[in-house]
Amino acid sequence: MRLVLVGTSHHHAPVELRERVALGHDAAAELAKRLAATGGEAVCLSTCNRTELYVAAPDVDAAERAAVAALAELEPDVEPALYRLRDHAAALHLFRVAAGLDSLVPGEGEILGQVRAAHEAGTTGALLDRVFRQALHAGRKVRAQTAIGEAPASVSSAAGALAEQVFGDLDGCSILLVGAGKISEQAARSLLSRRAKIAFVANRTLDHAAGLAARFGAEPLPLDRLDEQLATTDVVVSSTSAPGYVLDAATVERALRARRGRQLLLIDLAVPRDLDPAIHDLDGCYLYDIDDLQAIVSETLVGRRGEAERAEAIVAAESEKFREWQASLDVVPAIMSLRARAEEIRESELRKAEGLLGRLDDSQRKAVEAITAQIVNKLLHLPTVRMKQAAAAADGVIYAEAVRHLFGLGEDER
Amino acid sequence: MAELLFWPTLLFYGEAAVGYLGYARRAGAAGRAALLIVQAAREDGFPWGTWAGSLNLFVWFVVTVYLGVRKPYRLLGLAVMPLAAALLVVARAGGGTGVGSRSHYSNLFLVLHVGLVLAAFAGFTLAAAVSAFYIWQERRLKRREVTILRRQAPSLATLDRLASRAVAFSLPALTLGLAVGIARLLGDGERIDAVIAATLVTWLVWAAYLVLRATRGLSGRRAAYVALAGFALVIVVRLALPAAHFS
Repeated sequence: MRLVLVGTSHHHAPVELRERVALGHDAAAELAKRLAATGGEAVCLSTCNRTELYVAAPDVDAAERAAVAALAELEPDVEPALYRLRDHAAALHLFRVAAGLDSLVPGEGEILGQVRAAHEAGTTGALLDRVFRQALHAGRKVRAQTAIGEAPASVSSAAGALAEQVFGDLDGCSILLVGAGKISEQAARSLLSRRAKIAFVANRTLDHAAGLAARFGAEPLPLDRLDEQLATTDVVVSSTSAPGYVLDAATVERALRARRGRQLLLIDLAVPRDLDPAIHDLDGCYLYDIDDLQAIVSETLVGRRGEAERAEAIVAAESEKFREWQASLDVVPAIMSLRARAEEIRESELRKAEGLLGRLDDSQRKAVEAITAQIVNKLLHLPTVRMKQAAAAADGVIYAEAVRHLFGLGEDER
Repeated sequence: MAELLFWPTLLFYGEAAVGYLGYARRAGAAGRAALLIVQAAREDGFPWGTWAGSLNLFVWFVVTVYLGVRKPYRLLGLAVMPLAAALLVVARAGGGTGVGSRSHYSNLFLVLHVGLVLAAFAGFTLAAAVSAFYIWQERRLKRREVTILRRQAPSLATLDRLASRAVAFSLPALTLGLAVGIARLLGDGERIDAVIAATLVTWLVWAAYLVLRATRGLSGRRAAYVALAGFALVIVVRLALPAAHFS
C-alpha cells in the first residue's frame, strides 16, 4: 500500500474555484467510499480553505488518476490548481494541515476538528488510519507545546480576549451591543463563545435592534436610552454608521458612579468612531477602537509565525516517526516468510522425532514444544529487529532480499 | 542539624530565583520547613523571639503562601524567590537559622503572637505582590500595548479578588496575634513600644482596605494602591523590629 494525496487549497486556488469543489460531510464521505471501492482506502478532507483526497492503494498511479478524475468531475477547471503528493510528502502535508501550519491564519484551531471529522467519515484501513491518527496527535502536540494558537487572530476574537483580560471568566458578564449590523454580530458571537451574555442591543431603528436581540435572547433598546444600561453592563461593543459619537465621556462618567468601581470595557468597531476617545481616560474604563484591535491582531500574528518554527520541528519529528513505521512495512512480508519457514522446520523436525517423543508424557511433550518454539523465537528476534531498523534507514528492501536469498524463502512471495 | 539544612535550602532558593525552577521552590520550602522543625524540636525552644528568627519564619510563610497560589500566578515567583533567598541570608547573619539561647517567652506565646503576626504579614506580602501585578497589567491595558494578549496573564478581576482574599484571611490573624501580644504586655505592666504602635497603624490601613471594599466599592487600581501603602507599613514594622521590639 502506498499513500497519495490530490487536492487544492487557498494557496493554489481562489475562493471561486474552491467553492466548486467543496463538499459537505456526507458528500465527502460518499466520495471517499467510492474511491476506496477498488480495494484501497480513502479520506476526503473538505473545508472552506481546502479539498484534499488522501488515498492508499497498491497501484499509486491508478489511485492518483482516480482522485484527479473525481475532483475534475466536480469542477473541470480545477485540474491546473491541483497538487499531487505521495508517501512521506503526503503524510508530512497532512501533519502540517492538522497542526494549522498550512492554514490561512497559522495555528488556527478549527482545522484539527475538521481533520478528525474527515478521518471518522473516511473509508480507512491500516495505512490511512495510522497516518490520520498520527497527524491528529501531532496537531494536539503542537497546540499543547507551543503558543501558536493562544493569541487571537481576528478583530472580533481580540475583543473577546481583551474582555477576558479585564474580567477573567466571562460567564455572567453582560454585553451591550450598539448597532445591529454584521460587525456587531461577529463580535457578539466571539463574546458568546466565551460564555458572555448579550443583554441589550441598541440601535437607531428599534426594529433592527429587535431582530438581532431576538437571536441572542437580548433586550432591544433605542439609542437614546443607551446611558440607562451603562451602570449594569460590563462590555460595550459599538459599530453604528452614525456620523458623530453615540456615547460621550460625560455620560460614561455619570454611569461610573453607580458601578462602584467595576471596570467597563468599550470596543469601538465603527469608522467614523462611535465612542468619545476621552472615555479611555476615565478611571476603570478601557476603550479600544478598530485600529487598536488591528494592531493587537497584527502583533499576535507575528508571534504566531515565530511559534510556527517550533511547530514545524514538532511536525517534522512526528512525520519522521510515521515514515519509519511505513518503511518497516516493506520488510514485514520477508519477516513473516522467515518466521513461517522457521516454524515449518520446527514442526517438521518434531514430526520426524515422533517415535522418540511418543515415550514422553503430555507435560514432557509440552515442554519440548515450548523449548523448541523459544529457540526459534530467540534466534529470529535479532534479525527481525535489525530488518525493521534497516527499513527505517531505507535499506529495508535490500535486507529483505538478502534474507529471502539466504533462507531460500518461497519464490511465489517475490 | 540546622546548619546542615541551611545550605541546601539556600541553594534551592537561589536556583529557584535564578533558574525559575519549580522543583527548587518546593525543595527550598521543604528544606526551610525541616529547618524550622529542627529549631523548634531543640530543647532550647523556638528561636522566634529574636528579630532574625522571626525573619526566618516570616520568609518561610511568604514562600509557603506563594506556593499555595503559584499555579495560576507563576510570574509572581520572579519577585518572591529572589527576595526569599536574600532574606534567608539576612536571617542567618542575624542568627535566626541557628538555635541560640532560650527565649524567655513561652512556646505557646511565640506560636500565637509571632506565628500569627508573621503569617498575617506573609498574606499582606502576597496581597501587595498581586496588587503590584494588577497596577502593571492595568497600565498595559491603559497604554493599549499591542503585546497585551501575547501571553495569557491573570485578569484584572482575578488579581483584585485574590488580593482582597489574602487580606481577608490575614487581617484576623494579625488581630489575634496583636491581641495576644498586647494582653501579655499589659499583664507584665509594660508599655506599648513604637513597633506595636506602627503595627496598629498597619492594622488600621488593612482594616480600612476591607471596610472600604465592602461599603464604598473600593476596588481596582485604588485598592491596589491602598494595599501597597499597607505593605509599606509592613516593611517599616519588619525593619524596626530588631531596634525597637526585641530586647
